[in-house]
Amino acid sequence: MAKLLKNRELLLVGAILVLVVLIAWRFPPFIAPTNLARVYNDTSILIILALGQMAVILTRCIDLSMAANLALSGMVAAMLNAAFPGLPIPVILLSAIALGAVLGMINGALVWKLDIPPIVVTLGTLTIYRGLIFLLTNGKWINAHQMSDAFKSFPRTDLAGIPVLSWLSVVTVAAIFLVISRTPLGRAFFAVGGNPHAAVYTGIDVGRTRFFAYCLSGTLAGLSGYLWVSRYAVAYVDIAAGFELDIIAACVIGGISIAGGIGSVPGAVLGALFLGVIKNALPVINISPFAQMAISGMVIITAVAVNARAERRKGRVILKKAEAV
Amino acid sequence: MAETHLSPRNIPDRLEGRGARLLKSWESLLFVVACLIFIGNSLASPYFLDPWNLSDATFNFTEKAMIAFAMALVIISGEIDLSVASIIALASTAMGYAVQLGFDTPALVVVGLSVGLACGVVNGLLITGLGLPSIVVTIGTMSLFRGLSFIILGDQAFTGYPGSFSWFGQGYVWWVFSFEFTLFVVLAVIYGVVLHKTNFGRAVYAIGNNQTAALFSGIRVGRVKFTLFLLTGLMAGLASICLTSRLGSTRPSIALGWELEVVTMVVLGGVSILGGSGTIPGVVLAALIMGMVTFGFGLLNVPGIVMSIFIGLLLISVIALPILWRRARRRLAH
Repeated sequence: MAKLLKNRELLLVGAILVLVVLIAWRFPPFIAPTNLARVYNDTSILIILALGQMAVILTRCIDLSMAANLALSGMVAAMLNAAFPGLPIPVILLSAIALGAVLGMINGALVWKLDIPPIVVTLGTLTIYRGLIFLLTNGKWINAHQMSDAFKSFPRTDLAGIPVLSWLSVVTVAAIFLVISRTPLGRAFFAVGGNPHAAVYTGIDVGRTRFFAYCLSGTLAGLSGYLWVSRYAVAYVDIAAGFELDIIAACVIGGISIAGGIGSVPGAVLGALFLGVIKNALPVINISPFAQMAISGMVIITAVAVNARAERRKGRVILKKAEAV
Repeated sequence: MAETHLSPRNIPDRLEGRGARLLKSWESLLFVVACLIFIGNSLASPYFLDPWNLSDATFNFTEKAMIAFAMALVIISGEIDLSVASIIALASTAMGYAVQLGFDTPALVVVGLSVGLACGVVNGLLITGLGLPSIVVTIGTMSLFRGLSFIILGDQAFTGYPGSFSWFGQGYVWWVFSFEFTLFVVLAVIYGVVLHKTNFGRAVYAIGNNQTAALFSGIRVGRVKFTLFLLTGLMAGLASICLTSRLGSTRPSIALGWELEVVTMVVLGGVSILGGSGTIPGVVLAALIMGMVTFGFGLLNVPGIVMSIFIGLLLISVIALPILWRRARRRLAH
């Protein structure tokens, strides 16, 4: 029992269930299967992004530029579509993913080759990527009527009763799960984050591993870029502004340690779902959407406090007071 | 960043003199850059050299620089505070609320400062009290503090600040020297003295270089860090008073994204993001550079977001160039 209580994923599932029950108590239609599917669909993009962020955080880095990367890739996808309406969707999708990957590689290369602290790199590229959107568009919007119908309908298309957007997130979760748990790269993520020096001695190239983590987060941000723009049918400079914090919040809630080396794919997914449920529930239980920001703030702080308690190392106490710091 | 490679195998016959070290320092490089930008600006626009124009230019950086001083200390101690812009928003909202209740200017100042201080206490307690990583905590409080302003204000704005309140953001102490600029100079001196001439300042460096060693040498690490977060909160409250007074209105989106600019300013000033090194004169020069660049671009009608690209590039290249330079020198030496 005690072991079950310590299992973070189960704890999160419990928390989400409690949350859903509380919401259903105030507003019963919330737990209708169609509505729950809608909530999942609405959270899909956050799930995809949280998985990318997780890979980066596992290696003891952070990617603050994901939302800006998403916005830039999404904008380029929208511009491609507006300029060449005949271009097939897979081509647009691939170019958004490729651009996202390149932007991620830039982050990764700066971290790998120049040893610049990740937070500085991504803080810089965050403003640069967003600025580039402005340079590309001169601040103009690309609106729904400039996008082709195929472009807009792709994530909405039903496949076996579930929209493509949800399917894509399911596929991403499965793929990342395989990478993290079944490949040397996945193990390297944990090794690098857990103890970079030890990782070097076991023959893992720390910089290269971090580079791949950034490639992954960039790729997923590129994919999300197209999905975001086609789902909301609008592209402008400020789309997903501030979303990088939601992504990090999802990871922190999911039990991914910001100090690296600790975390799991189900954790990230559940963390994202937790935020998604809150976000979708606020309007139906008559809480002002303006409260959402403060609530996510509280959730982040609570989650990190809970994480820290679970992670506290029980090392030998040499100096009693050293523990208190 | 005084760099002397003193390893057991490499002990120089004598250390470089004070002058040589000063010449090679990051601060002197910043000084040269600042001079070049100043000259460039005065050549690019005939309006730049007007004293009143220059005085206006200072408003671009004074408020951010006030926070940057405290942030420099926080970063030197190896922590970071990303919630400063949200503290500005919350303090400003509280002041706007106080105006609705009929408070007058002195009370507004007290409200602004105490809300800033209270936010600092929250950060400090979470970080030093519970031992949580500052980056996550302040990302959380960044959402929380601004979220509270959103709850209070929604899509509304507070206006109607009393006339006497506008002095903090718009008043002049003497000739072209605004209250904000004067405050900036005074704070620069205070922070410079505190960081470079007091035990407290030495403790900050010690903590940033090796927290455990600092603890074992008798520094109250928790207390020092707590004080630093209090200071950033207080400075954010002060900046909030100046900014609110200058704009004359409060929206929940006030000072959005400033945390990045403040961190950029500190890092540009030569403070290592990993903690342990950096100086206040460096931060002052970085503030001047960022202010002049923004103002110069403004005179040339460059849109704000393009400036932010420039700031982003500046941030990365400022850190990358010394690394590349050191690498190139090492390659030449071999």
